Amino acid sequence: MYSITNTRIVVAGNGMVGYKFCEKLLSRKKNDQVFQITVFGEEPREAYDRVHLSEFFAGKSADDLSLASKEWYQENGIKLLLSDPVVDIDREQKCVRSHHGHVVYYDYLILATGSGAFVPSIPGVEKDGVFVYRTIEDLEMIRSHAARAKKGAVLGGGLLGLEAAKALLDLGLQEAHVVEFASRLMPRQIDEAGSRTLKNQLESLGLQIHLGKSTQEITGGDCLEGMQFTDGSLLVVDMLVISAGIRPRDELAKIAGLETHPRGGIIVNNQLQTSDPAIFAIGECALAHHMIYGLIAPGYEMAEVVATRIAGGEKEFLPYDMSTKLKLIGTDVASFGDPFIEEPACKTIRFENKAKGIYKRVNISEDGKTLLGGILVGDASQYNMLLQTFKNKTILPPDPEDLILGSRGGEEAGAGVMGFPDDALICSCEAVTKGMLCHEIGENGHHTVDALKKCCKAGTGCGGCVPMVKDIIAGVMKQKGVYVRNVVCEHFNYTRQELLDLVKMAGLKTYGTVLDEFGHGDGCEVCKPLVASVLASLWNESILQKDRAPIQDSNDRYLANIQKGGTYSVVPRIPGGEITPEKLIVIGQVAYKYGLYTKITGGQRIDMFGAHLGDLPSIWEELIEAGFESGHAYGKSLRTVKSCVGSTWCRFGVQDSVSFAIEVEDRYKGLRSPHKLKSAVSGCIRECAEAQSKDFGIIATEKGWNLYVCGNGGSKPQHAQLLATDVDKEMCIRLIDRFLMFYIKTADPLARTATWLNKMEGGMSYLRAVIVEDSLGIAADLERDIQQLIDVYQCEWKEVVRNPELRKRFTHFVNTPEKDPSVTFDTMREQKKAKEWV
Amino acid sequence: MYSQDNTATKLTWHKACHVNDIPEDGGGCALINGKQIAIFNFSRRGEWFATDNQCPHRQQMAVSRGMIGSHEGEPKVACPFHKKTFSLQTGKCLNDDNYAINTFPVMVEENLIYIGIGK
Repeated sequence: MYSITNTRIVVAGNGMVGYKFCEKLLSRKKNDQVFQITVFGEEPREAYDRVHLSEFFAGKSADDLSLASKEWYQENGIKLLLSDPVVDIDREQKCVRSHHGHVVYYDYLILATGSGAFVPSIPGVEKDGVFVYRTIEDLEMIRSHAARAKKGAVLGGGLLGLEAAKALLDLGLQEAHVVEFASRLMPRQIDEAGSRTLKNQLESLGLQIHLGKSTQEITGGDCLEGMQFTDGSLLVVDMLVISAGIRPRDELAKIAGLETHPRGGIIVNNQLQTSDPAIFAIGECALAHHMIYGLIAPGYEMAEVVATRIAGGEKEFLPYDMSTKLKLIGTDVASFGDPFIEEPACKTIRFENKAKGIYKRVNISEDGKTLLGGILVGDASQYNMLLQTFKNKTILPPDPEDLILGSRGGEEAGAGVMGFPDDALICSCEAVTKGMLCHEIGENGHHTVDALKKCCKAGTGCGGCVPMVKDIIAGVMKQKGVYVRNVVCEHFNYTRQELLDLVKMAGLKTYGTVLDEFGHGDGCEVCKPLVASVLASLWNESILQKDRAPIQDSNDRYLANIQKGGTYSVVPRIPGGEITPEKLIVIGQVAYKYGLYTKITGGQRIDMFGAHLGDLPSIWEELIEAGFESGHAYGKSLRTVKSCVGSTWCRFGVQDSVSFAIEVEDRYKGLRSPHKLKSAVSGCIRECAEAQSKDFGIIATEKGWNLYVCGNGGSKPQHAQLLATDVDKEMCIRLIDRFLMFYIKTADPLARTATWLNKMEGGMSYLRAVIVEDSLGIAADLERDIQQLIDVYQCEWKEVVRNPELRKRFTHFVNTPEKDPSVTFDTMREQKKAKEWV
Repeated sequence: MYSQDNTATKLTWHKACHVNDIPEDGGGCALINGKQIAIFNFSRRGEWFATDNQCPHRQQMAVSRGMIGSHEGEPKVACPFHKKTFSLQTGKCLNDDNYAINTFPVMVEENLIYIGIGK
């Protein structure tokens, strides 16, 4: 006989963890199980992302933060009651009663009531202008009050308090203060020295920070006017956000007679059961292993444990690692393991660089063999490596300070991973050890990350271990004394760099001569575009002249991006994203005339899709007439230099970022490289142009410009790293000249600058030595070579439009002027779109 | 005259274009009886090839815009969309067994190109 079990589940609380529980339960559900789920929520909206609440002030809407829609609950048969918290539990009858009087029976009750803001009992907290920072409604009230306020303060210098302080800055208050009772910021994560570093960084961004301040009274009439401290001082503010910690919402559990902790929290066992086995508590209302887990990851883990158990599986909630890494207003802060353990229980190594705002601390076991914990402020790039070293109890190298300093004088970092024992877990998602990786690389010949992903799945989960996997590949190959030559293809037994040097010395300018001289066979779709790129990077002649047109990759061949359906898209250059109304009108007219779909790109330009091959020259003729140039959106070349509006309009801007972006874009336009190049210029530290996600990015400072290199977005985002600080424009350009030419000359084909740097022996310090200190003595050559390329720049489209021979190639058929009759479009939102793939 | 056809099938020869219409070591597309034919001037080998213009992978009319070359001596073309490569001699896809395209014999006479299409 086939039986279906029907289980009634009530969830009290519709925050992130309550929602995650529902999601997990649905995914764990077996075919013969029916769950009748009822969710009660106190707030008026569906579950939303509270972790990123402060982004509400950076422009995100409540919808953006939403985790699930009303429809989601409906589709999954979940009854959702909003603005209707559970107010009573009848444990005998196994039912709950809500604020609006709904009575629902349960087999299992899940308490996910979360936490509320802890409001200390200071006289005056009830005054107008005092807020807490917990829900979207709180934020809406803060926003409307901030419109009339000038000076704001946050009470509490913990993680949430600093988030709230950033919100005050984002809201444009003239003064933003942080008041902390303890003698340091983020007292749960970092120590005094770390706090000093963080404080300096935050103060440089305009926050005013007051530590060791005990608030006696909030002054004013109905409205607050200031904060009176016990040391007699007074801070005049017209708004105050209280963020002094969280208080578990355990009042319902108390009413129901469940066991709670005197200092708050519903006491649960390893299965997250309360003192009533039919009632579970998860998230910030639960006290597990004697603590409240105030982070989202352990909350989700709790949701998973209970969902698994209710669906009939086995899982326990174990003490959860509270290591964290986050970016606070642009500053990295991380702590892991036991960050505070002191001598003599351990040995502590500290590193501090006040000029750069960096503080690092690691705590080493007494015998010097294992890592116990640590703190990183200002630069958390070693966090993953340190966390793995800590979690794996890896035996440390003889000079453990290398962990945070990098080894000095010798080779960087590499020693770190290769110093791990064979049983060190590298990929924790797939349980792959260093020994297994070494075996696959050394014995089975899997020399690439992709090959390793295939053979042992390392790096296929979260991907966090991939940098270490790369280091291990490099380390093993080096131990074997193997120099890995990445040759082009079966037709050229050279690396790209070798081929570039050979072609340069021989002065060759066509594919045919390069193949005759240095290759064999007939070429292929790998070496042709590679040679095309090398020729362009060396001579910068028109890519369609001589025998070069048919060796170009799909997009370069027709100077446009081939799209689904076989039509092309057209992107005129809009340097720095600045455009006149007249030019905007021309783009509109051209798109209208040729029936093109228009969309703003991520790089502050306008893309026009759906152009027939045969229409491209006429489209460009009109664009060029209006003063546009090719945007090289089709090329492995400089794409766009994005900018924020900068000091010409922005009240925060310290330099004219738009003018500099236009200058940089005009300088490097048309420059062909191993892969595409993206850049951006921001007018102040707020970094609205996202320069740190670019191949080269520039951020204005009070004194000049900071230059960052080797970042990218895309599938493996990587932040750019600081190459030079406070340089003037001229120096900035010279450094970019050298950097770009060095990249062009030495990178593997189709390697973005980030990948190039990751593979570079010596890493950033080597790159800095070559580019900034000219350690190889090639800076002058690099500058000269790039200047030659810049001097011969011509707009490729201008050339095609004016050259009938080239223009003739832009037709679909060679024997009739007809357009491709197979091209058809669908319609969407009053524009065309490509037909779906068949 | 050059013809690579050596089968006995009955062919009709259709005039496609002038030799100068197809770039050296490149391709072009001709419309013949409503059918799109990709023609390749493999001048490095002194050979001409013709295939379907449609790539069977995503039904895109773009094979003629692809790069030609060789794999261990076998002449091939790579579709510009997703780089499926096809033998110019057999039409077989060289990097995905699921696909193949038709090939057609080519004849060059007095600088004009003719494509042989079976009945």
